[in-house]
Amino acid sequence: MHQFLRTHSCSDMRYSFVSRNLVAVFIMITGFVSAQNHEGEEVESGAHDLKTEIKEYIDHHLLDSHDFTLFSYTTDEGEHKNIGFPLPVILWDNGLKVFSSAQLEHGEGVAEVDGNYYTLYHNKIYKTDAEGTINFGSHHDEEVHSEDAFGENLVVEDAHPSNEKPLDLSITKNVVFIALVGLLMFLMFRSVAANYKKSNMPKGFGRALEPLVIFVRDEIAIPNIGEHKYKKYMSYLLTVFFFVWIINLLGLTPLGVNVTNNIAVTFALALITYLITTFSGNKNYWKHIFWMPGVPVPMKIILAPIELLGTFIKPFSLMIRLYANITAGHVVLMSIIGLMFIFKNWIGSPLSFVLAFTLSLLELLVAALQAYIFTMLSALYFGMATEEDHH
Amino acid sequence: MEKLLEQFSLGLFVWQLILFIGLLLLLRKFAWKPILNAVEKREEGIKGALEAAEAAKKEMQNVTADSEKLLKEARAERDTLLKEAREIKEGIISEAKEQAQVEGDKMIKQAQATIEAEKKAAVADIKAQVANLSVEIAEKVIKEELSNKDKQLKLVDDMLGDIKLN
Repeated sequence: MHQFLRTHSCSDMRYSFVSRNLVAVFIMITGFVSAQNHEGEEVESGAHDLKTEIKEYIDHHLLDSHDFTLFSYTTDEGEHKNIGFPLPVILWDNGLKVFSSAQLEHGEGVAEVDGNYYTLYHNKIYKTDAEGTINFGSHHDEEVHSEDAFGENLVVEDAHPSNEKPLDLSITKNVVFIALVGLLMFLMFRSVAANYKKSNMPKGFGRALEPLVIFVRDEIAIPNIGEHKYKKYMSYLLTVFFFVWIINLLGLTPLGVNVTNNIAVTFALALITYLITTFSGNKNYWKHIFWMPGVPVPMKIILAPIELLGTFIKPFSLMIRLYANITAGHVVLMSIIGLMFIFKNWIGSPLSFVLAFTLSLLELLVAALQAYIFTMLSALYFGMATEEDHH
Repeated sequence: MEKLLEQFSLGLFVWQLILFIGLLLLLRKFAWKPILNAVEKREEGIKGALEAAEAAKKEMQNVTADSEKLLKEARAERDTLLKEAREIKEGIISEAKEQAQVEGDKMIKQAQATIEAEKKAAVADIKAQVANLSVEIAEKVIKEELSNKDKQLKLVDDMLGDIKLN
């Protein structure tokens, strides 16, 4: 496991806000523990390397990648080995460029397509020269660095590579996972649906899924949208509920492909909610936004931009809530697992095991809860958009 | 926020959008509609069955209530019949009594009238007989008195003495 973590020190990830705070907590805890330790100095320096490694590992786990790595290790000769399979990289750079991510060698190689060179830096693809040179922020007067992409000791703060970034439409690990979850859901629910053709009662897996479908209908859709209009929105609500739930749950498996902690994914989901809300908004809904009834005219004028902003804030909060909950959960969980390797003593490791176990159970709940909240609020917004005038 | 924007991957967004909408459309056609329709159909069936059972129960209650009502009515009718009969009986009896009274009174009156008439007739008869007897007695007495000349003269004198000439 120690080596397992070490392999990722090659990737230079930056602190996330959450993990930075957590690392501060680690230092406090480990400081406290090591103060009781006679070999305090040694542990402190050893822990520092480990902490960096753990932080990098967590950051790496949270990010998308261009290849599907199941696990990696370091050989006795210090060579990094990744077990997994490469995925297609699709770029739009004056024409479609498709090549295998194996050519990028996990950010350690330069891919050559039609005379163009590309390399990975911070999990993003940049256009480079044949040597894979990354140029840093020419607009930063103080920090002009030119760094080799393979360099391990980058000390560049807030540096953005000035290299050209081609439009990246690659089939990344997350895209593969989304497609797999989609396929899983399709097979699962189609078999449930097919069963109803034979008998009126659900059979097998359908017995577990049908109550959930009915739950979405009776507890989410009907109370929020109303008896008469909910049917139109059921497909979206059911799809988003099961999609988010299943993908959250699978993100907790040791395979650990975390999808909903990508702001792009939650943005796409929130955007669909926003579009459905906006396009199903009736006269009453728009009237309440632009010309709020029942308040004096100056207030109407003040309220209109606020209400209009509100229509964007609502799906925005959906996006942030799902993203932040899943990201925070994973960061905390992995940090606590990481604590085990920092403590390496009889008190800390079992403690962090118990904590990690408890937190995993909590995360199972969070996975379902976030799916529920996303669906619930979407239904609420649809309900607001289609509500009839009561005045 | 800056980190979020930096992390945002347009490729992933586009793929998520395409895959999700694809999944949504596929599931709508092949899963959600059949499942929801089947569930709804079944629920309708259950609802219908429950309603039918409820209706049958109500019908049953109605029948029981009806028979009870009929029984009650019959009982009430019997009661009224009995009451009427009793009333009639009482009426007849009282009428008969009244009639008897009237008849009795009438008979008594007739009897009294008859008695009165008889009495009057008897009295008249007695009067006539007394008169006859008196006349006979008087005839005999006069006959006796007038058989002697002296006595006749004396009588004439007495009578003449009684008559005062004014």
